[in-house]
Amino acid sequence: MPAAVQYIIIPLVKVVLIQITLLIGVALTVWLERRTAGFIQDRYGPNRVGPFGLLQPVADVVKLFMKEDIVPEKANKFIHSLAPAISVTIALSTIAVIPFADPIQLFGSEFKLQIADVNIGILYILAMVSLGVYGVTLSGWASNNKYSLLGGLRSSAQMISYELSMGVAVLGIILVNGTFELDTIVQNQAGWKWNIILQPVGFLIFLTAAFAETNRTPFDLPEAEQELVGGYHTEYSSLKFALFFLSEYANVIVSACVITTLYLGGYQFPYLQTFGLSPVLVSILQIITFLIKIFIIVFFFIWIRWTVPRFRYDQLMVLGWKVMLPLALANLTITAIIVTLLK
Amino acid sequence: MPDINTILFYIFAFLIVSFSFIVVFAKNIIYSAVSLFVTLFGTAALYILLRADFLAITQVMVYIGGILILLIFGIMMTTRITDSEIKTTNLSSVPAVFVSAGVFVILIIVLLTTKWNINPPVENDVTVNRIGNLLLTTYLLPFEIASVVLLIALMGAAMYARKK
Repeated sequence: MPAAVQYIIIPLVKVVLIQITLLIGVALTVWLERRTAGFIQDRYGPNRVGPFGLLQPVADVVKLFMKEDIVPEKANKFIHSLAPAISVTIALSTIAVIPFADPIQLFGSEFKLQIADVNIGILYILAMVSLGVYGVTLSGWASNNKYSLLGGLRSSAQMISYELSMGVAVLGIILVNGTFELDTIVQNQAGWKWNIILQPVGFLIFLTAAFAETNRTPFDLPEAEQELVGGYHTEYSSLKFALFFLSEYANVIVSACVITTLYLGGYQFPYLQTFGLSPVLVSILQIITFLIKIFIIVFFFIWIRWTVPRFRYDQLMVLGWKVMLPLALANLTITAIIVTLLK
Repeated sequence: MPDINTILFYIFAFLIVSFSFIVVFAKNIIYSAVSLFVTLFGTAALYILLRADFLAITQVMVYIGGILILLIFGIMMTTRITDSEIKTTNLSSVPAVFVSAGVFVILIIVLLTTKWNINPPVENDVTVNRIGNLLLTTYLLPFEIASVVLLIALMGAAMYARKK
C-alpha cells in the first residue's frame, strides 16, 4: 500500500465516516431526548415533521441557520466567537481513539476500525475532557453578562472537581489491564470479563463524573434555567448556539462511547468469535453491538435528565470532594492491593 | 524537499514563538491567557514530533487542562466580578532584561554542551512503561520529594485560604 494512501487517504475516510455517523447520532439523540421527555411528562413531543417527528432536528438546524446572529455590544467579539468553536472541536475530536470493532482484513491488508490507535488512548480521553471546560468558561466570560459569567464560573469549578474523581477511577482500569491502549483494554474484556464486573465502584464514579463533565442533569448548574436564564450560552443565538447544542449532545454520545469502551466490554459481544462466523460478519456484528450499547447508555443519560432534579451548588461540591474523591481513592488502593496480591 | 517532520517542526516552532510574544506583550490579560493556550499546545505538538506521546499528553492535561484553566478562572473572578481591571504593565524593565539575557546565555550553553540523542525515534514505541519504571526505581527519591513538596504547597494554600 503506498504511503499516501496509508497515512492520508485511509485516515481521512475514517474521520469523515465516523464524524458523519456522530453528527447523525447527535440529531437522533436530540430527537430521542425530546420524545422521551414527552413520554415521561405524559405529552407527545415533536411528532409533526417527518415520520414520528424524526426530521425535527433537521428543521431545527434550518431554523437556527435563518436566525440573526446577535453579539452583545460590550462582549469581547473575538472570544465570543472562539468559544463555541473550541467547544465543538473538542467534543468531536475525543472520538478519535475509540475502537469500533476488531481489525478487519480487506484486500490483503489490515484495517483498524479506529481513527487513531495511540498508545495512551485513555490519557488522550482524559486530556480532552479537561479541555472541554474552555468553551464554557470563555463563552461565559466573553458574553459580558452576569448570568453567563456565573454559568462559566460554576462550570469550570464543577468540571475541575469531577475530573479528579474521573481520573482516579480510570486508574483502577489501568491497574487491572496494565495498559493505556484502548483496543487492548477492549480485547481484555472478551467473554464476560467486563470491567464493570471487576471495577463496579470505579464504574459508578466514572458514570457520575461523566454526567458532571457533560453538564447534564442532575449536574446542569452551568445552564440552570431557573437561576441563570440560559447559563453560559444566554448571549448566543443562531449558529453559535447550534454549535453549543451540537457539542453538548456530541459529548453525551462520546461519553457513552468511552463508558462502553472502558467498562462495558466495548464492541465485544460475549463469545462471538467462537460461533465460527466470517471475519467481516464478526466486525459488522461488533459494530452493531457497540451501537446498541451506546444507545442504552445515551438513553440512560436522557432518562436521568427527566427524572432526577438538579443538585444545589454546595451539594454538588460536597458530593465531588467529600464523597466521590475519597471513594475513588479507596477503590484505587484496594484495586492496587488485589492486583499486587494476585500477581 | 525537507521531510514532513521538519516542516511540521518549523510550523509549530513559529506558532509557539509568535504566540509567546502575544502572551508577553498583549495589553488585555485574557488575550495573554488564550495565547498561552496556543503556546502550550504547540509545545505538546513538538513532543509528539519527538514521539514522546506520554509527555505530550501530560503537558496538555497538567498545563492546559489544569494550570491555565485556573489562571483564566482567576482572571474572570477579578476583572468581571470585583470591577478591578488588571493592567498589564511592565515593571523593572532593566533587571528583567539582564535576567532574560542570563537565562538566554545559560540555555545557549546547555544547547551547545549537551550530548543530544540524535537517533531517529522508534515508531509506535510505548514510553509509559519505561517512564513508570524509572520513576519508581532510579528516580524514586526526586519523585517522592516532588510529591511531598506539592503536598506541602497544597496544605499551605488551604491554610492561607482558611485564615480570613
